Parts: sequence; C-alpha cells; structure tokens
Amino acid sequence: MKIRTVKYMFRQGLVGLWRNRGMSVASIGSVAASLVVLGLIITLVLNINNVAELTQMQFDSIQVYLNEGLDQNEVQEIGQRIGSIDGVQLVEYESKEQALKNMKERWGEQGYLLEYLENNPLPNSFIISMETLEDADGIVAELQKLEGIDEIKYYKEIIENLLKIAGFIRTVGLVLILILILVAMFIISNTIKLTLNARRQEINIMKYVGATNWFIRWPFVLEGMALGLSGALIAVLVVYFGYQYTFQIISDRFTVMVSAYMIGTRAMMHTTISMFSVLGAGVGALGSFISLRKHLRV
Amino acid sequence: MIEMKGVNKVYQKGVQALANINLKIEKGEFVFLVGPSGAGKSTFIKLLLKEEEPTEGQINIDSQDITNLSRRKVPYLRRNIGVIFQDFRLLPNKTVFENVAFAMQIIEASSKDIRRQVPMVLGMVGLSDRASQYPHQLSGGERQRVSIARAIVNNPSILIADEPTGNLDPETAWEIMKVLRQINRRGTTVLMATHAKEIVDVMQQRVIALERGKIVRDQQRGAYGYED
Ligand SMILES: Nc1ncnc2c1ncn2[C@@H]1O[C@H](COP(=O)(O)OP(=O)(O)OP(=O)(O)O)[C@@H](O)[C@H]1O
Ligand SMILES: [Mg+2]
Repeated sequence: MKIRTVKYMFRQGLVGLWRNRGMSVASIGSVAASLVVLGLIITLVLNINNVAELTQMQFDSIQVYLNEGLDQNEVQEIGQRIGSIDGVQLVEYESKEQALKNMKERWGEQGYLLEYLENNPLPNSFIISMETLEDADGIVAELQKLEGIDEIKYYKEIIENLLKIAGFIRTVGLVLILILILVAMFIISNTIKLTLNARRQEINIMKYVGATNWFIRWPFVLEGMALGLSGALIAVLVVYFGYQYTFQIISDRFTVMVSAYMIGTRAMMHTTISMFSVLGAGVGALGSFISLRKHLRV
Repeated sequence: MIEMKGVNKVYQKGVQALANINLKIEKGEFVFLVGPSGAGKSTFIKLLLKEEEPTEGQINIDSQDITNLSRRKVPYLRRNIGVIFQDFRLLPNKTVFENVAFAMQIIEASSKDIRRQVPMVLGMVGLSDRASQYPHQLSGGERQRVSIARAIVNNPSILIADEPTGNLDPETAWEIMKVLRQINRRGTTVLMATHAKEIVDVMQQRVIALERGKIVRDQQRGAYGYED
C-alpha cells in the first residue's frame, strides 16, 4: 500500500468519526466504561492474589504464643512436644526481644515508632514450619492439647478465603466484562453503519471504478479501531489516577503495612496499558467487521 | 473483446432475465443494446461487471474467462471497464476535477499522473473550464460528461453505458453521443443500452435487440426497430 493511500484511509476514518460525533462519543464512552470495569476487576484480582501470595510466604507457618512467666524448662518442654507432632518440620523459638526487633525491621521507615514503647507487648513464641499447608489443621488440634500456650496463630483460612474471593471476583468479572464488551462492540458496529450509509454513494462508485475490497474496508476498520483506542486511552487514564489515588489514601489513612502488600502503580499500569490497547483496538476492529459483513457487499 | 456462450440468468423467484445468449463483440465496435423494458439489458451489463453471476454459460472479456473469476480479482476486471449511468452518480461534495480524480485515487495512481490525466479527459469531454465547479452548478449534459470523463480516465478498453441519455433532452443527448463516438474512434469498445430510437436510427451502428431475455435481432448498421 502506498503512503498517499494510507493518508487517504486515515483521512476517511477521521471524517467518519467527525461526521457521527454523537455516536462516536457513545462508542468511545462504552469502550471506556467496559475497560474501566475491567481495570477495577484486574486491580482487585491481582492485588488479592498478591496479598495471598505474600502472606502465604510470610505465614506459611504456625505461630504459638506462650503464656507469660514460664521458666526455661517449661519452655523447652513445650518445644520438644511440638517437635514431636506429625507434620512439623521445624520449630524455632522467638523470644519477645527478638520478635520486637524483627517487627522493627519489617516496618522499615516507620520502625522508629516502636522505640517509644514502654515495655515490650510481644510474647515469647514458637514458630512452626509445616511440611505442607494441609497438615495445619491436624497440627493445630494437637497444639491445643498442650499446656502453657496462650494463643495459636495460623493463616490457612485467611489465605484460602482470599484465594476464594479472588476466584469469585474473577469469574463474575469475566462474565460482566464479556457482556460489556459485546455491548461496546454493538455500539461501535452501529456507529460504523452510520458512516457506511453516509458513504454509500461513494462506495458504490468505488466499486464500479475497481477499488479493491480492502481499499474500501480499511477506512471503516481504522475508524472502529480509533474508537476503541480512544476508549482505551480514557480507561487507562481513569484506572491510573484512580489507582494512584487509592494507593495514596491507603498508605496515608491506614499504614504502610497495607499498601506494602499492594502492587505498585507502575507495575499495574504496565499490564493495563498493553491489555487495554489490544482490547480496545480489537473491539473496534471487530465492531467494524460486523458492520461491514452485514452491510457492505463488495 | 466481449464473448458470451450459452449464457442464462435466472434471478431468485425464477425470473428468467437472459436466456441462451450467444454473441461476440469485437474490440473497437460500437454496439446498441435495445429492447422493451424488462428485456434484460441492464442484466446483460451487470453480468459483464460481475455485479451478478450468470446461472449458466461462459463470459469472456479480452480472451479471459471471467465466469469463475475470484472475488478478489473482480476490482481489476472493473478497472478495464468504464461505466456510466442514467443518473450520473457524481459525488455532490467534490468538484468536477475531484470527481474524476477520485477514480484514479482509488486505484492508487500517482498525483503526478492524476494532474496530467484529469485535465486531458476533461478536455476530451469539453469541460476544461468547469474543473473547479460542483455538480449542482452544472447542467444535466455537463454532469453526464463528467461521469464519462471519470469512466475513461483510467483508459479502460470497454465503455459501458446504461441509458446514458435517459435523463437528457434530445439536443443534450446528441452532445453525449458525439463524445461517446469520439471515445469509440480512439479504439474503445462502446456498449450502450438505450431506448433512444432517434439516436439508434441515425447512428447506424450494430444493434442487438433483446426481448424477454432472448436476442431477437443482431444487425450491423441497424435501426431501433420499435415504435416507443
Ligand atoms: N435483482 C433482481 N432480482 C429479481 N429480478 C430482477 C432483478 N433485476 C432485474 N430483475 C428482473 O429481470 C428482468 C430483466 O431486468 P433488466 O433490469 O435487465 O431489464 P432492462 O432491459 O434493463 O429494463 P429497462 O429498460 O426497464 O431498464 C426484469 O423482469 C426484472 O424484473
Ligand atoms: Mg435497465
């Protein structure tokens, strides 16, 4: 294809967009709306997965808080009993001093806050690594029989629930997205139909003079893709600012502990931009194809 | 060169528009296609342009069998056939020049060729001084001449006209005939479907008469032969 032909195609595409600006806006809006919803779902699912993964790494273990005031022998005895439970791989003792130190490290910049504590509120504890996560329930049942234990912390349920929620959002989201995308495609194909009707006479002449089918089709496909990409651009902006804002609020109002578990804005936008561009252009092109198939016999 | 062998055309609902057509039109001929309304003249033309497919038979254009031509090649066939219609079919928002240039743009001609070729054909149809006007500023005869210019600007070997003078008064019709005759003299085959008795009678060219889809007469230097 020659340069001037490409120029001609783009000009025709733009003329079409402008001629039906009302419908163009509607198309762009519907693509944008679909993609924003998609963005919301992706954000939720990816973040939940992320949290689940991180917590799984950090808490793929059971923590046993010991009662205050146990002597060394008692502690040792409890440790040995725990070690003999089936499925326990490793038992580590963490003194309350060590626990506070670790916490300071985890909090990073905000660790200084812990320096103002008058006395250490953290208990002595055992940290148990399991052979597999599935053993957790059995191990916990055995632990509950032991004396001298204040509290047993384990995160299996939380992790499982998080993964369940992510799965649910993903399924519902996919159905919703599919519907929204179909609607967007329908609106685009109707927009293209308007251009097609406005250019009917021109197309008729083009056929008689021997324009190839693709020469006739390209401007419409470009018009559809432009609609889809414009929608995608808007959606990217909305998701970008929306996500950044939320991220900010969460780190400000709550603690860095929460936002540390969120995927960074930059990484999030990498996924979003490429995905939205492909989807937007694809939906637009498909929308025009539907129209061309139905209304243009070349 | 146009050749039809045993061509039948039956539309949906069983209307037989053409029945067993056999004919040959040599390069450079001037041929009138006449016959009452519904005789199949426009159908004949549509088959040549591959707007419609024959139900049966074979059609050759310039020794190429176009009967089974793939849809992808149809545009290239049409580049070799210029067409004009009773209703001119000009684009109202383009000037005379642009209307003619349009036919060159869509076959991706260079703008250099366009700048050279368009004024030349406008000169041939006598519209050199109207290049920058819009169709609504022209008379019927002038509009038809623009459509002729557009049809021949890509140098087709065949020019087909479906009732080109149908919307014109007799005097203007004659101007159009002069232009067509002149194009024919330069070697282009001209095929014209018409109801214009006087024109056919005066021109003394080959006449093919259709009735209910059949060729009932094929005469060199013929006359119209009907009283309508
Ligand atoms: N697309 C179509 N579908 C069905 N029947 C058609 C179609 N086009 C034409 N016909 C029929 O085929 C026959 C021939 O039509 P055609 O248009 O070729 O006649 P014509 O000679 O050009 O007539 P006119 O002088 O009025 O233009 C007519 O009976 C017409 O009704
Ligand atoms: Mg007709």
